[in-house]
Amino acid sequence: MSPIPTQAGSGRTSARTRSLFLAALRFLVIVATTYLGLLAVTFFIGRVIPIDPVLAVLGDRAPQRVVDRVREEMGLNLPLYQQFFIYVKGALQGNFGTSVLTTNQVMDDIRRVFPATIELATLGTIIGALFGIPLGVLAAVKRGSLADQIVRIIGLIGYSVPIFWLALLSLVLFYAKLQWAAFPGRVDVVYEYSFTPVTGFYLIDATMQGKWDVLWDLIRHIALPAALLGYFSLAYISRMTRSFMLNELSQEYIVAARAKGLSETRIIWGHALRNAAVPLVTVIALSYAGLLEGSVLTETVFAWPGLGLYITNSLQNADMNAVLGGTIIIGSVFIAINLLSDLLYRTLDPRTRTR
Amino acid sequence: MKPLLDIEDLRVTFPGRSGSIQAVRGVSLKLGRERLGIVGESGSGKSQTGRAIMGLTPPQATVTAKKMMFNDIDLLTASARQRRSLRGRQMAMILQDPKYSLNPVMTIGRQIIETLQTHESVSRAEARDRALAMLEAVQIREPKRVFDLHPHEVSGGMGQRAMIAMMLVAGPELLIADEPTSALDVTVQLEVLGILDRLVADRGMGLLFISHDLRLVSTFCDRVIVMYAGRIVEELASADLANAQHPYTQGLLNSLPRIGHDRHPLPVLDRKPEWAL
Amino acid sequence: MSDISSQAPLSWREWLMTERPGSRTQARLGRTYTTWLRFCENKLALIGLAILILLLLTAAFADVLAPYSPYIGNLKDDRLLAPSALHWFGTDDQGRDILSRVIYGSRLTLFVVILVAIIAAPVGLLIGTVSGYAGGWIDAVLMRITDIFLAFPKLVLALAFVAALGPGIENAVLAIAITSWPPYARIARAETLTFRNADYIAAVQLMGASPMRIVLRHIMPLCMPSLIVRVTLDMAGIILTAAGLGFLGLGAQPPLPEWGAMIASGRRFILDQWWVAAAPGAAILVVSLGFNLLGDGLRDALDPKEEGR
Repeated sequence: MSPIPTQAGSGRTSARTRSLFLAALRFLVIVATTYLGLLAVTFFIGRVIPIDPVLAVLGDRAPQRVVDRVREEMGLNLPLYQQFFIYVKGALQGNFGTSVLTTNQVMDDIRRVFPATIELATLGTIIGALFGIPLGVLAAVKRGSLADQIVRIIGLIGYSVPIFWLALLSLVLFYAKLQWAAFPGRVDVVYEYSFTPVTGFYLIDATMQGKWDVLWDLIRHIALPAALLGYFSLAYISRMTRSFMLNELSQEYIVAARAKGLSETRIIWGHALRNAAVPLVTVIALSYAGLLEGSVLTETVFAWPGLGLYITNSLQNADMNAVLGGTIIIGSVFIAINLLSDLLYRTLDPRTRTR
Repeated sequence: MKPLLDIEDLRVTFPGRSGSIQAVRGVSLKLGRERLGIVGESGSGKSQTGRAIMGLTPPQATVTAKKMMFNDIDLLTASARQRRSLRGRQMAMILQDPKYSLNPVMTIGRQIIETLQTHESVSRAEARDRALAMLEAVQIREPKRVFDLHPHEVSGGMGQRAMIAMMLVAGPELLIADEPTSALDVTVQLEVLGILDRLVADRGMGLLFISHDLRLVSTFCDRVIVMYAGRIVEELASADLANAQHPYTQGLLNSLPRIGHDRHPLPVLDRKPEWAL
Repeated sequence: MSDISSQAPLSWREWLMTERPGSRTQARLGRTYTTWLRFCENKLALIGLAILILLLLTAAFADVLAPYSPYIGNLKDDRLLAPSALHWFGTDDQGRDILSRVIYGSRLTLFVVILVAIIAAPVGLLIGTVSGYAGGWIDAVLMRITDIFLAFPKLVLALAFVAALGPGIENAVLAIAITSWPPYARIARAETLTFRNADYIAAVQLMGASPMRIVLRHIMPLCMPSLIVRVTLDMAGIILTAAGLGFLGLGAQPPLPEWGAMIASGRRFILDQWWVAAAPGAAILVVSLGFNLLGDGLRDALDPKEEGR
């Protein structure tokens, strides 16, 4: 449109870089505000709601001298906004204070326990996706059939059952009665020190070190909690898969694919699911985040030494620093997963890639 | 000469809440290597006729006929597998709107190649060459570029050409075009029709052209079938359109605007219940 | 009056289904009736409704239905008895009849669910409608806050809240409410955006209605159906969260017969006296299943487009 073509060309490129820059800026603002919001809420919980945070940290039997010193150390004599500023600064450096219960830095504790939670949640999500997607596809393809009804009921029960209750009952059945699963915990005491935790993901560690007897013991421990979390993930994933697949199967491009002479298998898995996969990525990411959260209850039942158990143990001992540190970490992972799924969505869907 | 397609008394029945509904009620037609148009309003059963021939009737509906021959194949007794191997290779169908009828997450090139690979065992390089040649045949100027594009990145006219390429690449003898230009801009319509016309003529295909646009069909096809409420009410050569006997066809013709004539009051299409009997 | 009596042969059904309703009430009733018919086609949804009616009745008549006291048990002879004709669900470690405790527990469940809905839904509705109707920076700020809350892990955040507020059923309700309003705000905003530029809203504006009146009287009622569906579907989640808090000892405190807390107290005996934990868990499952079935049915009946979502 411009009278001077060269200028128009450079104008277009600069417009594109500008829109890219704006998108990146938007992204940054979202991350920053969400994280700041998370910190604000935890700050509010930890410092504003309790009448005396020092009491919450030290308990009511500490001598006055110590109370005063801690008050000074925590900066509680400063105005609230300064306290918040210090709090944010500390949190950004990964400093959530010391745990009363373990007397360690909260961040060190979390670093130690988090791999156990990640291992469990990852395995749960893998199980959930591995079974949930085919079940959802089956339900959509055979819509209204018995198979569809069964998948629907499996999903509904998964949505409705209290996870800790199911965990307890499964312990009764698989540990006490059938003796398939191991006693709650992550690894048997016998094997506890027979391998070196390098990554913190014991399954990987044991495999890399070729300790097959340890690996077998680990599997016997993780199988039940992972299967339970997997069931919850399956309930969600199968339901959403069915709904996405029904939507895709009613599209015109499916008719066109049939008119080309493609087999049903190819149409379902190659065309419809390939399209349904775009929103499914978000669903799987959300279900992963949900399992991280669900681990709080599951880990308690299975004595799984992860972040969930750490948080509940700290709760029972009124160890607020540890509780809030754990909350911030899980919240941060949530934020990260949300953003990641958003990015993944963009790369999977060609329509959002080039605009 | 033996017709390509020979259908007698085709019926398509859908189950409904209050009894079943016949969308197609006894259609008979013969199609050689010619261009046959089917005209009718929405719900007249013209699209369901096309889909029944392709074997793409929705699973809940039933298709019956006295006779349904394609070349020497009896479509009534053919197995699902046989029908499937016919689709794309010997008979193909072009749908209305490329925006919806092309898979949005697959490149155009892959969608064309997919048709080829389903029916022939071709090497990857050969498939690519033939797909590019096909894109050229539908007069796409930069086939190499379009090959790697996703459907949302091309215009409607370009998308419909890609659709034609995808459907014709395996060399079918019969093409069913279901409102192939209704979703396109008027200026692009003629281009796409021209491409379709040339390909059909060059390859000696039979064409079943389904449309609601009587004038378009009459200029484009050799013969015209007029459908109403699931039945054929009239069949005539395009040249004889002016001599249409059936009042419904006459009504359709009367609704066409003519330059220099007063259009007041606008004619209303007359529908008599006895035509549907 | 005479008009109606002269048309006496007109059945209720016909009166409801008429194409030409004589009054607004009749039109509204007629629409409700057709929605009801669509709802009734869904067998599972009816089961859900039946479960919830049963829950309401149980809570209302707990005094009559419960065979024993939920708080006082026979510590001497009745500790940890297996299910029998006398104690259908067995007894717990304090010799209390579990059936009676489960029956009384329905009151606590209803208390939690209703209170959370009463607190969270109006907050979400208000924020969503104001945000959608006002637009501009108000919308931007409110939605950013909503998104921040949406990005949080709900259970963990509720946990932290209760930890700070102190354990107790009221605090649990508050914590759950604080974490559950954002989806309602999102829905209300999305609905508002579709209505905002409609002609009938423009007509009200032309008649000089204040923005507050438009939001309160015209937009909020329009948002209600989708909000009700969403709240019903969330009820199951609320029950599960409340039970989870109870299980961790942060919700209702002993000796209240809260189902989650009952499971927690049964945990110690789970391997030998499994029934202590089994019955309350089953109650949670049945009730949240009821809410899920009802929510599914309501969604399909109110908005057939969304079927299966």
